[in-house]
Amino acid sequence: MSETSMTVVVWTAATLITFPFLWLVGDLLWHGWHQLSLSFLLFAPQDAGREGGIGPILLSTALIVGVCMTAVMPIGIGTALFLSEYTRNDHLLGRLIRGSLDVLAGVPSIVFGLFGNALFCQALGLGFSILSGGLTLACMVLPILIRTVEESFRAIAHEQRVSAAALGISKRATIQYILLPAAIPGLLVGSILGLGRAMAETAALIFTSGYVDRMPTSLMDSGRALSIHIYDLAMNVAGGNPNAYATALVLVGLLIIINLSASWIAEKWTSFNQLPT
Amino acid sequence: MDIVQPTPHLKQALEESTGFQSWLPYQSAQSCCVLIAHIRAENLSIAYHDRLALEAVTLQINKGCITALVGPSGCGKTSFLMSINRLTDLIPGCQVSGRLHINELDVMASSTNLLHLRRQVGMIFQKPTVFPFSIKKNLEIALREHGMHDQATLASTIETALQQVGLWNEVKDRLNQPAQTLSGGQQQRLCLARALVLTPEILLLDEPCSALDPISSGIVEDLIMSLAGRYTIVIVTHNLAQARRMADHVALFWSVNGSGQLLEHGPAQSIFESPQHELTAAYISGARG
Repeated sequence: MSETSMTVVVWTAATLITFPFLWLVGDLLWHGWHQLSLSFLLFAPQDAGREGGIGPILLSTALIVGVCMTAVMPIGIGTALFLSEYTRNDHLLGRLIRGSLDVLAGVPSIVFGLFGNALFCQALGLGFSILSGGLTLACMVLPILIRTVEESFRAIAHEQRVSAAALGISKRATIQYILLPAAIPGLLVGSILGLGRAMAETAALIFTSGYVDRMPTSLMDSGRALSIHIYDLAMNVAGGNPNAYATALVLVGLLIIINLSASWIAEKWTSFNQLPT
Repeated sequence: MDIVQPTPHLKQALEESTGFQSWLPYQSAQSCCVLIAHIRAENLSIAYHDRLALEAVTLQINKGCITALVGPSGCGKTSFLMSINRLTDLIPGCQVSGRLHINELDVMASSTNLLHLRRQVGMIFQKPTVFPFSIKKNLEIALREHGMHDQATLASTIETALQQVGLWNEVKDRLNQPAQTLSGGQQQRLCLARALVLTPEILLLDEPCSALDPISSGIVEDLIMSLAGRYTIVIVTHNLAQARRMADHVALFWSVNGSGQLLEHGPAQSIFESPQHELTAAYISGARG
């Protein structure tokens, strides 16, 4: 293959890949933009969502994601610390955990939904609730978060740990004062990516947090997430398309903001770390 | 230079207190005028996963002196250095046998408080290893961990340490800036200050100048020499000229059948001018190593 044709192939591939994204965003803007207003964001849906807004749905989504992140952070950071600081690569338990995380990361979200329904809604008696939904999402997000955070701990030079030990700093204090602060950017990026995944989830929530589109008053209420609202309007409600488009626009807008902030943090941190030494 | 001749009374008292032959009848150099054993290794061997890295080293390191560990790569100098503050514990599969004492403290005993030991024995590595925080925080972390919390005391201790390493005037206006913005030589001096704030008795230096440019290297070298007398300094170096300039005592390590051994040790002058072992003579002249 000549130099020119290679260049053409590579450029074409790269251009093609941006096309679906631009089309998607363009389509959403075209159909959804004129529906958007402050009252759409604040008010409750009416007439099964054909009219009104998505206020309660935004709140339910925020609560589900909040429950998810609250559960995920301590477990995720703890496991990542265990994997990077308390076990070596060939440690049996470490390998078992890594292996199961890899499998979990590939499990389809509908399976998580059924699992969450069986465990949280039924066995633990939490019913269809924001709490059940958030905890189910936590199970789904954990593998991604643990791997990202573990990587950011491993990225810290081993010399830092040895230097800390040479200064008579205990392992606990090394983790608390040196490793955790140094891993904060990785932690933020990991949790933002996890947050993005949680926010866009549909299948795992259908059987756990439920369909109810009322304003939630507690974590034990059922609550409808944004993606479920879109699914419901598009599939089950005749004439629901305009509001489905507007809701999708809000969701995609939020996801873009989340992803941009993750790359912004990563970039900031890399440039900070690459200062001349 | 003067021959060290302690009074018989003092000699006896010291021998009784340390239980060790502390006085050696050789010439002292520079700052090192009283030859009191500070670190004593007896039959110290270090193995990594059953592979012997250092074999049966018996060596006395004197208080307030600069002792240089020289020799070719892979002959166990750094392993020996790391056993003194038991950083060898951090290396998977590393086993240390034999005895090592710092004054009366049995370093290898399982009851030894490692945090306390490492506070007493500071260490500087080949590559400056500043923490990715501000200059001030680099010094504060260890101090806080060892129980100093009063802001005024912290500030004055930090200032003293930075002055001791000649860094105060260079950084006093930017203590809150990231330590990575300092030059390599400045970072190494910050690492030294970080060790000195804990008021150690012993400083272990693992090729502290080898990653630095010649000017920074000269500054760090002068600094280390200015610390002799107040601290017992053990320095690993590949630079024989540096060992000759700095050291009161020299210990030459050599690799025999794949494991390191202590070939010869003694006052720097006698090692460099009248080596006993022919390998030492060859190494010093540059014919071997």
